[in-house]
Amino acid sequence: MLRYALKRLISLALSLAVASVVIFAVIEVAPGDPASFMLGVNAQPETLAALRAELGLDVSRPQRYLNWVSGMLAGDFGTSYSYRTPVAQMVADRLWVSLPLALYALTLSTLIAFPVGIYAAARRGKPGDLAVMGATQLGIAVPNFWFAMMLVLIFAINLRWFNAGGFAGWDNGLWAGLHSLTLPAIALALPQAAILARVMRSALLDILGEDFMRTARAKGLSRRQALWRHGVRNALIPVLTIIGLQFSFLLAGSIIIEQVFYLPGLGRLVFQAISARDLIVVESVVMLLVFAVITVNFLVDLAYAAVDPRLRSRT
Amino acid sequence: MSRALILGAALSSVVVLMALLSFVWTPYDHAALNIPDKLQPPNAQHWFGTDHFGRDMFSMIMVGARTSIAVALVAVGIGMGFGVPLGLTAAARKGSWLDELIMRGNDLVFAFPSLVIAILITAVFGPGAVNAIIAIGIFNIPVFARITRGAALSLWEREFILAARVAGKGAARISAEHILPNVANLLIVQGTIQFSLGILAEAGLSYVGLGAQPPTPSWGRMLADAQTMVSFAPHLALIPGLAIIVTVLGLNLLGDGLRDWLDPRIRVARA
Repeated sequence: MLRYALKRLISLALSLAVASVVIFAVIEVAPGDPASFMLGVNAQPETLAALRAELGLDVSRPQRYLNWVSGMLAGDFGTSYSYRTPVAQMVADRLWVSLPLALYALTLSTLIAFPVGIYAAARRGKPGDLAVMGATQLGIAVPNFWFAMMLVLIFAINLRWFNAGGFAGWDNGLWAGLHSLTLPAIALALPQAAILARVMRSALLDILGEDFMRTARAKGLSRRQALWRHGVRNALIPVLTIIGLQFSFLLAGSIIIEQVFYLPGLGRLVFQAISARDLIVVESVVMLLVFAVITVNFLVDLAYAAVDPRLRSRT
Repeated sequence: MSRALILGAALSSVVVLMALLSFVWTPYDHAALNIPDKLQPPNAQHWFGTDHFGRDMFSMIMVGARTSIAVALVAVGIGMGFGVPLGLTAAARKGSWLDELIMRGNDLVFAFPSLVIAILITAVFGPGAVNAIIAIGIFNIPVFARITRGAALSLWEREFILAARVAGKGAARISAEHILPNVANLLIVQGTIQFSLGILAEAGLSYVGLGAQPPTPSWGRMLADAQTMVSFAPHLALIPGLAIIVTVLGLNLLGDGLRDWLDPRIRVARA
């Protein structure tokens, strides 16, 4: 287990290193100099040089890359070109919207998908199963931002149960915050739940065909007991991986959903930074998201190996 | 043939035929402004209604289908064009440093959140259909490389490949003449699935303003335009959304149906 964990850790570090080089390189080839963009076309050369020095743009590329990476490792993400505030502070504020949103959606998606997937597997080929398969096929085809707009139309504009957009803030209490994240979370969660329910169903169907399920029935367990005690537990392993992968979809997906609901999260930060050509913010937020996704995948791999010893020998 | 295959083929062909038809005929000029007729709900003259500039929605949907299909199709082409040769090479040189390099590279691209990188690419190089295609296409490469390698590896163990080797054919020729035709079915099925994912990705990028730019019509941007008007003109949001759903649903059903029809034994991991 330790050997496996170490191997995975090295590959995690390597992935992050390559990712940081790629992101840095992409930002570097971006046309336009941030300093001249900030000061406009009529800037004096001396002012320009001073600003370039202040932003750390006057050193060589490799040096700038090292400064960026070592800064991030120390928690310093640089200073926003347009707001002149530390990027770390801006990101931390926005993270309190995006991260709870992704977790909220993940919870909803899991809570919906588990019973639906188990129900469909237990009634394989019967009308209930066919209805679930049809509904999930439809759910996969729905773009989540469009679904979000429909939710706003129905539940915010017509029924007035929720606000159409904006974020109440956690200062007004947990309930107010959760309330304003509910529609966005549903919009994110339902299409993902459709995928997860299908995975749950097929994982469970694979397990139901195993010999030990017949043994469980033979030793006198009812269908329901066998399903829950031996079926669902074993089906959880593939389902866990998908949940890990879904976290990254949800975090990335929240970027677009935040646009629908005008939520002050990482997504809005990135788009504001893009239109202001505030590339240091774009660079840092993208790196942070990539870091989060790669790390979650690493943790899922580890959890997976801890649960199932057979996987440790495979790399 | 299964019902899924027939329904999927029917839905997909309707969309493709509409896109093709739009080159020679649309009910109205999709770009013609007609302010007096603005924001009409669907009616006999304008089957899908009109938008806030009085443009005919049906014509816009038809022309928008071109954008969606073109972006997704080229992105699949990029994925196959690079991914299949990489997968074939990795399988032919199984266990070598080249195989290792290709597979680790794949893992790396897989680990990236694709949407975030697509946003990075379009943010830096500017929004537009071409950059959207590249952004979506890059993430198709590891999908095709992985699936090709997996299928090719088991083919390399078969007798007819051994016969080809005995006949003196090299690895490159065997890959092209014997392996590739045998993985073609698998690639068609996966291509259909990636095509539908590409349609969704293009719609998402256009919605946030990073896809095809005006005046090129696109379903995603129609949705973005509709957002502020959804309370008094819901058809503006409903219709492009349904167009996306019909297309993606059709392609997914087609992919599932083809998979069962072409070869009942193959099982493509689907998530």
